[in-house]
Amino acid sequence: MAELSIREALNQALDEEMARDERVLILGEEVGEYNGAYKVTRGLLDKYGMPRVLDTPIAELGFTGMAVGAATVGLRPVVEWMTFNFALLALDQVINNAAKMRHMSGGQLNVPIVFRGPNGPAEYLSSQHSQALQSLFVHIPGLKVASYATPYDAKGILKSAIRDDNPVVLIESEMAYSWTGEVPEEEYTIPLGKADVKREGAEITLITYSKPVRMVLEAAAELEKLGVDAEVIDLRSLRPLDEETIYASVRKTNRAVVIDESWPVASFGSHVAWLISHNCFDVLDAQVELVSSEDVPMPYNHAMELAVQPSVEKIVAAAKRVLYMD
Amino acid sequence: MAKVETEVQTVKGVGKHKKEFLLPLLKQMVLIRRFEEKAAQMYGLRKIGGFCHLYNGQEAVAVGAIGSLDLEKDYVLTAYRDHGHALAVGMEPRAVMAELYGKITGCSRGKGGSMHMFSAEKHFLGGNGIVGAQIPMATGVAFAQMYWGKVMNQKETGVTLCFFGDGAIHQGAFHESLNLASVLDLPAIYIVENNQFGMGTAVKRVSAVEDFAVKAAGFDMPGITLDGMNVIAVHDGLKAAAEQAKKDKTPILVDIKTYRYKGHSMSDPAKYRTRDELEAYQKQDPILILRAVMGEAKMLDDDEYKKIDDEAKEVVQDAVDFAESSDQPALETMYEDIYV
Repeated sequence: MAELSIREALNQALDEEMARDERVLILGEEVGEYNGAYKVTRGLLDKYGMPRVLDTPIAELGFTGMAVGAATVGLRPVVEWMTFNFALLALDQVINNAAKMRHMSGGQLNVPIVFRGPNGPAEYLSSQHSQALQSLFVHIPGLKVASYATPYDAKGILKSAIRDDNPVVLIESEMAYSWTGEVPEEEYTIPLGKADVKREGAEITLITYSKPVRMVLEAAAELEKLGVDAEVIDLRSLRPLDEETIYASVRKTNRAVVIDESWPVASFGSHVAWLISHNCFDVLDAQVELVSSEDVPMPYNHAMELAVQPSVEKIVAAAKRVLYMD
Repeated sequence: MAKVETEVQTVKGVGKHKKEFLLPLLKQMVLIRRFEEKAAQMYGLRKIGGFCHLYNGQEAVAVGAIGSLDLEKDYVLTAYRDHGHALAVGMEPRAVMAELYGKITGCSRGKGGSMHMFSAEKHFLGGNGIVGAQIPMATGVAFAQMYWGKVMNQKETGVTLCFFGDGAIHQGAFHESLNLASVLDLPAIYIVENNQFGMGTAVKRVSAVEDFAVKAAGFDMPGITLDGMNVIAVHDGLKAAAEQAKKDKTPILVDIKTYRYKGHSMSDPAKYRTRDELEAYQKQDPILILRAVMGEAKMLDDDEYKKIDDEAKEVVQDAVDFAESSDQPALETMYEDIYV
């Protein structure tokens, strides 16, 4: 096994899929000559050339819609959004075209496309550049949405997303691109729609996805010091959602905390918390807790921006409430 | 710099064309006219609901432009005023009418309705309900045509016609798309169906220019202006444009001056224009013009025209009968056609 960063694992996935299928291409701002704003596409222009690696003008609506059109007639584009904040300019093409073409045409058309890029806060970037916007995408039937927090998951999920015949939105994190982990030499894929138990435990279920996975595992280690055996579920796929894995865990532990970087109102995290309350009502020993971002735009000041986000302390505190340990 | 022409190109008489060529164009225009009249009637009877944007008056644009294509290779995308384009690409009137009725036999299984006609087989990719949203998509289809040639070594990969109204030209999607198409040398032909009203707002009230061909200059692509009431002019202009797009590897912007007889949609009484204006345009009706020039060239007499018209009425009545007798979609089909 090789030790790779998430950035390198994503690069490998793109490289392998472009080599396997000449219909696969990548486009976006700075993906070619600049090697990617976050270097995920490093070396691909040299290897595959134009137009398979396509630098676009700063026109998110235009190039996203162009990719949707190309996918509709059989190409398999990977659209890199420099950040999800900029993807807001492209939402019409994602929601009204990519997600609806199959439906509006009565099943005649497919849109095999991947939209990916960093989402959620990094550091010192203020409110326009620090937003966890996944709930907007998960809300839309016709889209699939997935995430990853390890290099192994990143590679396997990106490869599956590229091979999927539906539009897939992949949530990444600027802070996580450099995280490292083991990735097998041999080819593998990870099916969309499957959660992963990142840590087994018997007394409380901590449910999360994307960048917070690492923080939640740290919180589980803190809880262990307090004598609490926590299970950590990485949902990986938000839509479709692997509800069975969640419920099986909660039926075992009888307690659940959902950790989500989103704002709390009408968010994906609040939806998951409702699903657990609704479907596991009889087995719950306590209310389901949600640890989310504070309901404010992100400030620039570092102490404030840390206080806005979920933290190990907030997760441990929520777990203690659910365990009646306060 | 690419050449831009704002002078309206038209064709006198029948041009260089023979009867065998012109007759199908006439038949298609008459079919669309009769189809739309019937759609309006059925809308009045509440057999058809929602938004219903009729094409009366603009027939020469879709028929002439699409008639210049090879739909084995070329593609067509348009906005929500799409019944005419659907019929012009050769979709079955039954499937189009049944879609208006929301029946399972409709081209989109009753899920699209008036604004969302599609035929993957005929290379007709909608039917888009968001003003201008088909323009980036059409640019992507043209991108794929370039890609098939360059990366996948396919020969003669065709052109893409992208229709939109004058209302769409102020959307960012238009400007972003034309820039991309120019930078990437895509075989896309952007057609402004300039019917002079964006819903109820006259072009001159919201546009800095009225001749849209000039916008081509900003994207370094050719721009031409065509007489949209003359199907021969539209056909010949688009035929030349498609050849140029393929030969010179360039997108082209085409401003086609036309006029819609009905309101924006069925709910619009069109009080923002005068009766005189409407009547003046109806004197330049695209069907009347073709009928007249074919008559002058001894290609058509009144009996033959009546036969064409009667046939169109029969086809449309058959489409209505088919839609009436078709089944409603089973409710559980709502869960289908979302994911592959």
